Amino acid sequence: MTPSTAAQNARSRKVIAIATVVLMLGGFGYLAYGGIGENIVYFLTPGELVKKGEKAVERPVRLGGQVVDGSVVWNAQNLDLRFKVTDGQGTEVLVHSRGAPPQMFRAGIGVVVEGKYGRDGVFQSDNLMVKHSNEYRAPDAEAMKHPERLNKTLMRESRS
Amino acid sequence: MSSVTMPESRPDRGAAAAAEPIARPKVPWWLVGLAFGTLVSGQVVGFLTSEPDRDMGHLQKIMYVHVPAAWASFIAFFIVFWASVTVLWKRNERADLLNAAAAEAGAVLTGLTLVLGSIWGRPTWGVWWTWDARLTSTAVLFLVFVGFLALRALTDDPERRARWSAAVGILGALNVPIVYMSVKWWRTLHQLQSSPSTVDADYVLGLRWNAFAFAFALAAFVTIRYRTALFALAADRRAEARALAGGSTDAR
Repeated sequence: MTPSTAAQNARSRKVIAIATVVLMLGGFGYLAYGGIGENIVYFLTPGELVKKGEKAVERPVRLGGQVVDGSVVWNAQNLDLRFKVTDGQGTEVLVHSRGAPPQMFRAGIGVVVEGKYGRDGVFQSDNLMVKHSNEYRAPDAEAMKHPERLNKTLMRESRS
Repeated sequence: MSSVTMPESRPDRGAAAAAEPIARPKVPWWLVGLAFGTLVSGQVVGFLTSEPDRDMGHLQKIMYVHVPAAWASFIAFFIVFWASVTVLWKRNERADLLNAAAAEAGAVLTGLTLVLGSIWGRPTWGVWWTWDARLTSTAVLFLVFVGFLALRALTDDPERRARWSAAVGILGALNVPIVYMSVKWWRTLHQLQSSPSTVDADYVLGLRWNAFAFAFALAAFVTIRYRTALFALAADRRAEARALAGGSTDAR
């Protein structure tokens, strides 16, 4: 191999390497900031689901929101669960699910349900997932910070 | 095609290399001990200093290993990025060995993050896995670095291996900010990043302790793998030099 072709080879390799990196950077940039963000919506909010109307009915879709206080009806006999999900902006969707929910499920917690929105306005869930917030709290955070107070509460409770 | 260094053009250097003794790789035992000690005590501290979480009870303890594993993998991929750029920029042989060591540790830590997250997700979310942006981008990160290691295993020419590794290393490392920001950019089942304001003080201690433990473990693994690779390289060089200088095939 003559020195000139070796140099040419090295140069073309460098060009290929730089082109690859630029291409990949562009690709990642597009992924991060481009229109793709619109297409990978993991779940719809109750408001978005209702607004979609006929397009979202009887199609596999994910619905995410907060479980409405006082809306949970759990029938342990036939493992039938009904509750409402809200987007916090006035739209609520009734969800029907079968089987025991995850242990963290309760009124007020975030959920994502996979299933189909029926024509009767009830979302039939095949899969109920709990969306935990980024908060981690001791049972009574205030009491934990003040052991003497915790002690007092315990004493009061044991006395009554 | 491959431009292997040719010792016969410099016979003096070849002969010298053949005679040189190679130092065995030193294991940083103090670092290994520090990592092991903090890792074990970290779990004890985590369990003793924090009450069961209001929502998830003792399941919250998985945080002490899942989150530090993810953080440590990010550090590993930062090293990969830096080493990869050095390889492409300066054609530095040692940077390639560091690149491989950090990528290996990063891949293992990302795998650990995925497994621990899955174990945490089943009882809390109700599912082992879901294709949200955080989980999917983390899986991509893992696969890129598994590919990185496979590529290295399949490429014989050291120079080409270094360059290809560096290219994949930069690409993979660029995925890290995407993984980190995914919970902010897209709707996910995975929650947003926690911060000291969203986590009670007694959980923060266990988390920080374990973050240091994982960082020490990462440093120990990368150091050992890097030194071992340097040793292997030196041994190869000596065998090569001896074969050329003395004609003897005995590498000892």
